[in-house]
Amino acid sequence: MTAPAAHLLSRAAAARWRPGLSGSVHHSEVFASSGEASGAGLALALARDALTNTPRDALPEAEDRRSVLWVQDRAAMRLSGRPYRPGLPDWLQGRLIHVAADKPEDALFALEEGLRCRDLACVIGEIAGNPRALDFTASRRLTLAAEKHGVPLWLVRLDAARDLSSARMRWEVMAAPSATPAWDARAPGRPAWRAALFRARNHPPGEWTLDDHGQSLSVRPATPPYPLGLAFAAGARSLAAG
Amino acid sequence: MVLVSETAHGPRIDSANRAAREAGARAGMRLADARALYPQLLAVPSDPAGDRATLEKLALWAQRWGPWSALDPPDGLLVDVTAVAHLFGGEERLLADVQAALARRGFAACAAIAPTAGAAWALAHYGPERAILPQSSPSGGGGPPQAGRRGCGEDRPPPSGPAGLPPPPTGEDLPTPLAGLPVAALRLDDDVLTVLRRLGLKRLGDLGGIGREALARRFRDRKSPAANPLVRLDQLLGRVPEPLLPVVAPDLPLVQRRLMEPIRHRALLDRVVEDLVGDMVRALEGRGAGARRLELGLWRVDGEVIVRPLELAAASRDPAHLARLFTGRLDAIDAGLGIELARLRASWCEPMAMAQGDIEAAAERHGTSLSAMVDRLSVRLGPRAVSRPVLHASHVPERAQRWQPPLAPEPMTQGQLRFHARPLKLLDKAEPIAVLYASPDGYPQRFRWRGEVHEVARVEGPERIAPEWWRERGAARLRDYYRVEDGAGRRYWIYRLGLAGDGRGGMPEWFLQGLCA
Repeated sequence: MTAPAAHLLSRAAAARWRPGLSGSVHHSEVFASSGEASGAGLALALARDALTNTPRDALPEAEDRRSVLWVQDRAAMRLSGRPYRPGLPDWLQGRLIHVAADKPEDALFALEEGLRCRDLACVIGEIAGNPRALDFTASRRLTLAAEKHGVPLWLVRLDAARDLSSARMRWEVMAAPSATPAWDARAPGRPAWRAALFRARNHPPGEWTLDDHGQSLSVRPATPPYPLGLAFAAGARSLAAG
Repeated sequence: MVLVSETAHGPRIDSANRAAREAGARAGMRLADARALYPQLLAVPSDPAGDRATLEKLALWAQRWGPWSALDPPDGLLVDVTAVAHLFGGEERLLADVQAALARRGFAACAAIAPTAGAAWALAHYGPERAILPQSSPSGGGGPPQAGRRGCGEDRPPPSGPAGLPPPPTGEDLPTPLAGLPVAALRLDDDVLTVLRRLGLKRLGDLGGIGREALARRFRDRKSPAANPLVRLDQLLGRVPEPLLPVVAPDLPLVQRRLMEPIRHRALLDRVVEDLVGDMVRALEGRGAGARRLELGLWRVDGEVIVRPLELAAASRDPAHLARLFTGRLDAIDAGLGIELARLRASWCEPMAMAQGDIEAAAERHGTSLSAMVDRLSVRLGPRAVSRPVLHASHVPERAQRWQPPLAPEPMTQGQLRFHARPLKLLDKAEPIAVLYASPDGYPQRFRWRGEVHEVARVEGPERIAPEWWRERGAARLRDYYRVEDGAGRRYWIYRLGLAGDGRGGMPEWFLQGLCA
């Protein structure tokens, strides 16, 4: 009786998402409010996490200098501003190519062209609301292009409802109070987010508080951990369902 | 009207037209001094780069009068007219043709023909109208005849040498029309002219009178021709050669298709453009070049010309890529009664080495290259939509970043100081916020932004950023920046514009400028 339980436990622990787990997830969505930069912040942190943990076949010791495409539509730029070079994280400095699209259709076109480009490290998109052009078909196109060409995409959805999408991981993020900095207790600290993974193909959903340490992400569990045993192994699945 | 350029001591006049000269303005004068003489003086900023570009185009155009031409900055051209004057019916009629052709294009010109470039320059600038120095000068037999011309937007200053003086005795056999010219006709620097004036040498004939050895001794340590009157005199007379750098017209790749039947349908047009691109790629391959800018011209039956330019982010010679880019630009074309001629011109080429196509690698590496992606995006979204943020040396946050084309090399900067944290995103325009309550030491405690009240939990600041007084008006107020975090953990970058009682407006206002990650 104990051996299968331990087996279940380890498998569930392995399936649980944690930073540094380089899954082959190429299309993620991050839902965020437009009144904060948490969506872009978490997307960049996840992108950095994935890029540093994905082994590159050619010249692994060489520094990654591939460009990063950041696509925004007009509403997203108006609501949450444009990327600001002096404030970008270090790994992104000098690698960013920004696309200012007028309409969501143009933004989707730019996203897809970016996913087809072999010289890009990843693509970040920001689209406000639930435009008609971004339906399930459009997200399916993005998923297929990303998985065919191996370029990961993080699409930030500002002020959007959770519509149908084929994204492999879908996050809902909001800002969390930051940890106290060492030198000035009254100042804001390093970014922290309260992130909920509400749909993922390979992982059970969960909720975490993520701290960005500049080079890495660390995790504090936001929800109380499941009780050990059968209920933990079952993840979010109802025990009654068997 | 005068043309002015900004200097450290205020605007200075570069050139003045006839009316301004009559009002007292001179080149080299300060604009304020000229305005004191004539307050209604109209000042326009001068454009040296544009003048230079115009002069280069004019030099190419001037090759209608001779096989090659050279620039004489800032406002002159030299054309070699050796043995071509008979084509225009003699040298006098050649000069008349030059002046008439330039006058039709709005240029006032002074032209002259002489055996050497130096003599032609001297006569065009200081000699009589349409001066011609015959070839029969005994000393200057070697040089080819030149036409020195001076074309500028305005007419030239009146010649300072009166023509009626009796020719001074020429020690060396200086041709008579040259001996009466002022020494400024030798193309010397200003300080050398000052030296000569103090020595009492005012005309070219005077230089001949004092003997060659005296001149050589006085200017023995001046090697540059513009500083040594003797070298210039020898160049004027053709005793020493004066190499000139001719301008050469770039030979642009151009392919065209004349169509048997005018085409009116889109599918046929796509086919024609594909063929044209194929021809262009072959032409570019022959030169080892790649196109950066292409211009597609479509001539309609009724004489209308439709031009579709296309600019590429990197030199390209890939027919499929070019044809695909043009396909996006052909949608809104009105073919009218039909298109009978299509022409493709590569007006900007860059060298591009031949690369061996690797069949296996091409099959394995799918996807597009970075430059191809940028091209496709710029064609659909407009050239300014795709850009790269670069640092700019400025204290003011919104000016510390500029946008440039994505594949252009990054400009050299000093780097950025790491003392202060900056937000991840900056709003296009800082949004005013209402600070409802600020603590007595100036920290904001509660503010309203976009209709929502934020309680400030943590704050860092102020970081004081003063306005750039050298480019803003005197009433610009300083800014105190605060990095704040509200109770829910949202982090913002806000600033207070001005101080209470700084005498530059009313109470300070608050703005939210950036969102921190």
